Formats: sequence, C-alpha cells, structure tokens
Amino acid sequence: MSNSYDEVMARKSEIMKKSVGIDYSIFESGSIAFDYERMMKETGYSLQEIEEIQKQTSVGSTPLYELKNITKLVRKFSSPGKGARIFIKDEACNPSGSFKARRAATSVYHAQKLGYKGVIAATSGNYGAAVASQAAMRGLKCIIVQECYDSRGVGQPEIIEKARACEAYGAEVVQLTVGPELFYSFLLLLEETGYFNASLYTPFGIAGVETLGYELSMDFRQREGKDPDVVVITNAGGGNLTGTARGLIKAGAFDTKIVGASVNLEGLHMASDEQFNKKSFTTGHTGFGIPFATWPDRSDVPRSAARPLRYMDRYVTVNQGSVFYMTELLAQVEGLERGPAGNTALAAAFSIAQELDEDKIIVVQETEYTGAGKHILPQLTFAKENGIELIIGDPKEEIPGKNIILPKNPGYMHTTEIDLDKIKRSYIKNCIANYKVETVTENDLEFLAQDTKSSKEYVINVLKDLNVNVER
Amino acid sequence: MDAKKGDWVRIHNIILTPDKRASNLPEDTRKVPLEMWDKGFLLNEEANIGQEVEIETYIGRRVTGILVEINPYWGHDFGKCVPEILYIGRQARALLKEGEDIE
Repeated sequence: MSNSYDEVMARKSEIMKKSVGIDYSIFESGSIAFDYERMMKETGYSLQEIEEIQKQTSVGSTPLYELKNITKLVRKFSSPGKGARIFIKDEACNPSGSFKARRAATSVYHAQKLGYKGVIAATSGNYGAAVASQAAMRGLKCIIVQECYDSRGVGQPEIIEKARACEAYGAEVVQLTVGPELFYSFLLLLEETGYFNASLYTPFGIAGVETLGYELSMDFRQREGKDPDVVVITNAGGGNLTGTARGLIKAGAFDTKIVGASVNLEGLHMASDEQFNKKSFTTGHTGFGIPFATWPDRSDVPRSAARPLRYMDRYVTVNQGSVFYMTELLAQVEGLERGPAGNTALAAAFSIAQELDEDKIIVVQETEYTGAGKHILPQLTFAKENGIELIIGDPKEEIPGKNIILPKNPGYMHTTEIDLDKIKRSYIKNCIANYKVETVTENDLEFLAQDTKSSKEYVINVLKDLNVNVER
Repeated sequence: MDAKKGDWVRIHNIILTPDKRASNLPEDTRKVPLEMWDKGFLLNEEANIGQEVEIETYIGRRVTGILVEINPYWGHDFGKCVPEILYIGRQARALLKEGEDIE
C-alpha cells in the first residue's frame, strides 16, 4: 500500500467510513439531493440525549449576560427609539473555554460508545482543545492535527496557544506548515491508529451545538418572557450557525432571525504560504465562511451536517480592526476579558443593534477564552511584526493583509452585507458542477430549496440562468 | 551528545517535497515542502540535534524524524505594548458619562 498523496486521497472514502462509523451512502439519492434530516436523526442523538451527554462532562448551561454599557454606547449612535439590547452567552465558561466543547462532547461520547481507543481532529481552532479536553474526561487518546506555521517556521500566536492547550489536556499535537494537504496527513493518521474521526462536520458535532440554541430560547423565555429577536453567530465552517439555528427551531423560536457574521479577509488566499501570517484571525473569517457556505461538502466528511444557508437570514462581514476594538471594549466597559475570535459576532451586533428598536433583543451566542497568544495584544503585536499597519480611522478603508483599522470611535463600527442571493446561486451552481448533473430531479429541487432557505420557484429560476433542465 | 533516551524532544519531518504536493496550490506554497513537527520521548540511547531519531509521543505512537529541540517549551506570550489601543477604554468611559460627547 503506497502512501503517496494521490493514493492516500484515493482511499479517502474507505478511511472515512471506518473512522466515522457512518455509511453516508444510505442517505444519498444518487443525484444532488440527500436526506439531511434523516441523517441527523439516524446517526445523531436527540436533543434530550445530547443534554444528558453534555451534562456528564459539565458542558453547556453557560451564563447569559446583558451588555448594558455596550447597549448604552450603541444608543449614543442610534436614531431616537433605536438601539436594541445586546446580550452575550458566555460560552467561554465551557470546560475547554469555548462553545466547541458542545461539538466535541457528543463526538467523543460516541467514539467511546463504539469502542474506539482514541479520537483525531484536524483543526487549528478551539475545537482541538475541546476534543482533547473531552477525551481526557472519557479516558480516550487524542491527536490534533494543526495547520500552524509558514515555511519560515513562524506560527500564528493564536494557533500556537491552541496547540499548548491541547497538550495541556494530554493530546499529541501534530503541527504542519500551510497547505490543504493537512487532510492527507490526517487520513494517514486515521489509517495508522484506527481512531475515531471527531470531525467538526458529522451529525454528532452539529447536533452538539443544538443545545446552545435551545438554551438561548429557554433562557430568554424565563428571563424576558420571549425569544430573542436576532441571534448573531460568528460564521466559518457553518456548524455554529447550523447547530444554534436548529436548536432555536427545536425550541419553537421560529421568529428569531439568524445573522451570520465573518471577519472580512477578502483578497487573502487561505492556502498561500506568504499570506498565512498576514491575517490576524485564524477562524470566523470569510476565507472559511464563503467557501463553506457555497460548498459545505468540501469538509472532511462526505456530507457535511453544517449547512449554513439552510438557516441564515442575513450574512454580514466586519473588519479585523472592529473585532479587536470590540474585544477591548468588552473588557473595558463590561469587565469581560475574552478572546478576540469569539467577538466577531459582537462587532456585528453593535452595528445591527442600531437598526432595531430599543425593546428588541439581539444576542451574541458565544465568547471564547483568552490567554497568551489568543489576545488582542499578542495578535496585534504579531500583525505589526508581519508588516501590517495598525491605524485608528475608518474601518471601511481596511485592506486585509495590508492594514488593520480600529474605529476612531464607536460610531465608525459598521457591517457590510454579503449578498445572500449571490451566495445561494453560487451554491446551486457548485451542486450542478460537482455532481455533474444535467437534469435536476423533483427531489433535487426540494432539497435545493431547503438547503438555500428559498423556494422551488427560486431554484428553478437560478437553474434557468444556468441552462440546467428540470425533470417534470 | 545532546539528548539521551527518555528525554522529551521535538522532531521535524518533510511530509511532502514540493514535487509531491497537491496540484491545486498557490504558486508560493507549491515552491515549499509540507513540513511537520511532533513531540515525544526519545527512544534512541542517545542523539544529537540534526540526527534522525525515533520518539514515542505522549499518547504512545512511534514517530521518526530529525531531532530539533530538547525540552521544547512554548514561547508565545501576551505581546508587546500596543499604544494604539489605549484610547478605546478612556473614550468609551467618557462617552458613557452623561453629557460628554466625542471629539
């Protein structure tokens, strides 16, 4: 058996099937469509089961805070009567310091139940520490594979801190230089060890986040007598958004609007060795957000359970400087020192709150832990050392990879709309291209309408523009 | 001799040389190899930095690679002073006090 790049990649589905324990083919239709809800139901756990599993390892039931001073600042810059109340769910209180503990809890539980000796995850983010922490609690071995360094051996401080955290929980951390072949190393490790693939994108992972959405609804009904009006969710691979939205729906919070927010890294290539250290955010950015929204099945499992377009009502971006600014503001006026990446949605909420009436409620559904490397000071120091200019001015003028612009005052915070129609079209186009479909079935139509939170008519119109036939 | 059996060490490996890398890479990435670092307990009786060695990782996996560091430690920190952010707290606190307006 050869371990060349091409031959290992050719063994992908076989390795995946063994390491995830899911036969995805049974949910397939043979065309674009697959039975998403059946996959979530048959391979996952019910919300009640997940609550039980998460309780076993002290995950969830995190505190909810009203950010009164930040709301007050919002109102300084809003028209009279505007300026919604901003709340934040302090997910940093989870065992490994982020909401990712929810995602890891179910996967690691499932791995243990199936008798796997260990778990592996490919992640440079908080998810690594979450899997390592859950594995430590359940006595499983853990390997985390990270994309960490550029070819000079220089690593993002944020990622290095996460490697440290994984080691602290007893995991082995395999650190790699930039490149999508991380997946190749990951497959080889799965094959060698026979461990469970604790992918971020299995039904276990996504269903693990449903408790977050469900808790939000329950918290607000108890506290304010109603569901939140808007939930803003930092969006990268789409799992946080998908899981939270599904949880809200399971709670019956049908009117809550779901807004995705990503840090704008337009122009930076994610697989570029030279540009790797020109960015100041390693997750929650458009470099993951856009490609995963327009093609969720690019993930490390055949069918991703994270399908953000199914649930997203609106998608906005914020600049890097605004997220750093909000991180500082959260510490300075709310007394909460948290990691920058988790504050992407908070930066967006600051500007969205100005559009809403004062009695509306907007929730930022996560925070993340902070520490050496994962903090405004080391991240900005690193940016400067990599030639990025730090400016106080108008965030609209920020150019990713060249400068970081901190808003001159809170009035300069703003979000930029991503045209969801364009993203949905692009997703449909990718489905046609990747499944090499010439004629779309009725089943496909229904699936695409659901997967884009649109209608069959909408999909038919897009297909017409793409010159694709519809089976009638 | 730099390290002896049982020492906690860091190793380095070239996973894919530039010619063996994936085809869909940006130009700059295609020019460089895919590299890997891992840590573990040294299994060789003794070794010097730069030598190929075998280690047992923390979870018990055996890996070979070039010895690069003994007793590796984390050097990331809380960064340097970033004077540019110092206005944020003072300005926001001033705004929150009634009657005070921004410049």
